[in-house]
Amino acid sequence: MGVLVVAAHDGKAVRANVANAVTAASQMDPDVTVLVAGSNCDDAAKSAASIAGVTKVLQADDAAYANWLAEDIAPLVVKLAPNYSHVVMAADSVGKNIAPRVAALLDVAQVSEAIQVVSPDTFVRPIYAGNAMATVQTADKIKIVTVRPTNFKAAAGGGSAAIEKIGGEGAKGLSSYVGAELSKSERPELTSAKIVVSGGRGLQSGENFKMLETLADKLGAGLGASRAAVDAGYVPNDYQVGQTGKVVAPDLYIAIGISGAIQHLAGMKDSKTIVAINKDEDAPIFQVADYGLVGDLFQLVPELTAAIEKK
Amino acid sequence: MKVLVAVKRVIDYNVKIRVKADNTGVETANVKMSMNPFDEIAVEEAIRMKEKGAATEVIAFSAGPAQCQETIRTALAMGADRGVLVQTDAELQPLAVAKLLKAVVDKEQPGLVIVGKQAIDDDSNQTGQMLAALLGWSQGTFANKLNVADGSVEVKREVDGGLENIKIKMPAVITTDLRLNEPRYASLPNIMKAKKKPIETLAPDALGVDVAPRLKTLKVEEPPKRKAGIKVKTVAELVDKLKNEAGVI
Ligand SMILES: Cc1cc2nc3c(=O)[nH]c(=O)nc-3n(C[C@H](O)[C@H](O)[C@H](O)COP(=O)(O)OP(=O)(O)OC[C@H]3O[C@@H](n4cnc5c(N)ncnc54)[C@H](O)[C@@H]3O)c2cc1C
Ligand SMILES: Cc1cc2nc3c(=O)[nH]c(=O)nc-3n(C[C@H](O)[C@H](O)[C@H](O)COP(=O)(O)OP(=O)(O)OC[C@H]3O[C@@H](n4cnc5c(N)ncnc54)[C@H](O)[C@@H]3O)c2cc1C
Repeated sequence: MGVLVVAAHDGKAVRANVANAVTAASQMDPDVTVLVAGSNCDDAAKSAASIAGVTKVLQADDAAYANWLAEDIAPLVVKLAPNYSHVVMAADSVGKNIAPRVAALLDVAQVSEAIQVVSPDTFVRPIYAGNAMATVQTADKIKIVTVRPTNFKAAAGGGSAAIEKIGGEGAKGLSSYVGAELSKSERPELTSAKIVVSGGRGLQSGENFKMLETLADKLGAGLGASRAAVDAGYVPNDYQVGQTGKVVAPDLYIAIGISGAIQHLAGMKDSKTIVAINKDEDAPIFQVADYGLVGDLFQLVPELTAAIEKK
Repeated sequence: MKVLVAVKRVIDYNVKIRVKADNTGVETANVKMSMNPFDEIAVEEAIRMKEKGAATEVIAFSAGPAQCQETIRTALAMGADRGVLVQTDAELQPLAVAKLLKAVVDKEQPGLVIVGKQAIDDDSNQTGQMLAALLGWSQGTFANKLNVADGSVEVKREVDGGLENIKIKMPAVITTDLRLNEPRYASLPNIMKAKKKPIETLAPDALGVDVAPRLKTLKVEEPPKRKAGIKVKTVAELVDKLKNEAGVI
């Protein structure tokens, strides 16, 4: 039957996490088809075709798909789904928006944020902010699964799958795209960065976050934050790491002025090495940190920045 | 316009949960339960719409055991007008909750349904989108800001790269994100008043909904623990460890 991976993209290329989703999908069934829906998405379809392990790419070009409105994309996926045993999406803001709509239209359950494929019908997924791991089995004929990209290695490049053009379903007229206010950054994207520097309420202001930017730039790191820092307006919403923000698992995570609430830990505790800088030696973040440094961040961060050679 | 909000009873977010020794689930006996924080945001948004004259009535819905009454009472104390409890001791999965919500929507005909983007226990992030699908309605997920005007809603959404603006036709389903508003605390007089507000209790059968779970939970386990690290004394020591021990810089 095969797996249908629904890929998010920016018109030029599929998102980096599609390669992780392909790896997860191939553990369900080695026959992996990627759907690239969009408007003028030739390049994105080509980028999907180059992912190793992809058997086929379906390219659905339709003006209705330009902005990934769930109301318009879901019917297309629903139409294709009966040809597959699984529909897989990365658990990012696109997958989380669309996959449940597809599942309900098919009258099947969804497995959210799978972190492990045990067998084609059995998955491990975190619940309670990652404080418990549930192994769930689905008996549905079509299995809808979102996968947490950081738990699956990205499939390599160098593939050359065939691209088949299919028609679109048009717009349903329920919703329209107005525009976006995207945070501009030259830094690596948070969820795929090798190093992440994150700041919390301890930073006290957006102005002080500049200190972390300097450190991040020296390390070639992505920049993250706790919910408290986002709520206080120090940084934009897409910086939030945690249970209800982004999940990251870099080689190095540096938490600065972050106490380590379970909701924050849920988003970063799979990082390979964790460093915490906090003036409170009893802060819970030290319970997960490989290296803890107790002291005033306003003194320690500039010191650390100075001690690191530029990459 | 009526607004329907969903309020789920979950283990309070401050509770450190424990996995049951027999690996069938999470210990829920004698732990503090509260309204799912995203649902507090949903209730607050609905009440503000009523205060601004955009909504005429706010109905709080919950599905689950009898104790969900308390969660509905909390919503009523915040300012919702009445409650609907679909009472069942069965395990409810998102598709089932969405079907129950749909049955209540068919009855009540609200112009908007506002639910949390995710429940902090099962972390599914599905129910709102599923409800929108079942109703054939539009969906405004992960809402950071709402503006209801002329039969449509302008929704500012929290997405991976920042914020996105869409305009959706009403009736619609909205799911709340953290920055939509700051929920109020119920005042004592309002808590007293809430005791007199009506709550209708229904059974899934009476709504014609089959709530049988589709996903079977085989086991629930503790996540692997991180081994305890060390405290370093100086920045120099930290940099040395990162370079020579962890090899990450
Ligand atoms: C429904 C819900 C969802 C949530 N989702 C998330 C989520 O996804 N991500 C998330 O992060 N949180 C989330 N939270 C919030 C979470 O519970 C915490 O409130 C939040 O993580 C705290 O952020 P913080 O550590 O920056 O702030 P605080 O807890 O206030 O900690 C600040 C820390 O900075 C230290 N500090 C202060 N000054 C200095 C200094 N000069 N030098 C060194 N250290 C200093 C303090 O000792 C303290 O430990 C959620 C909460 C709820 C209810
Ligand atoms: C191992 C395990 C065992 C479980 N056992 C039981 C059990 O014995 N009994 C039981 O009742 N549950 C049980 N659950 C929980 C149940 O599976 C979840 O409630 C269900 O999957 C819904 O997921 P969610 O709330 O994360 O949905 P989400 O889609 O994340 O919820 C989003 C929003 O939908 C609304 N919503 C969801 N559910 C309700 C509700 N019930 N009432 C009102 N609004 C709602 C809320 O607005 C919520 O913010 C169990 C879960 C697991 C993992």
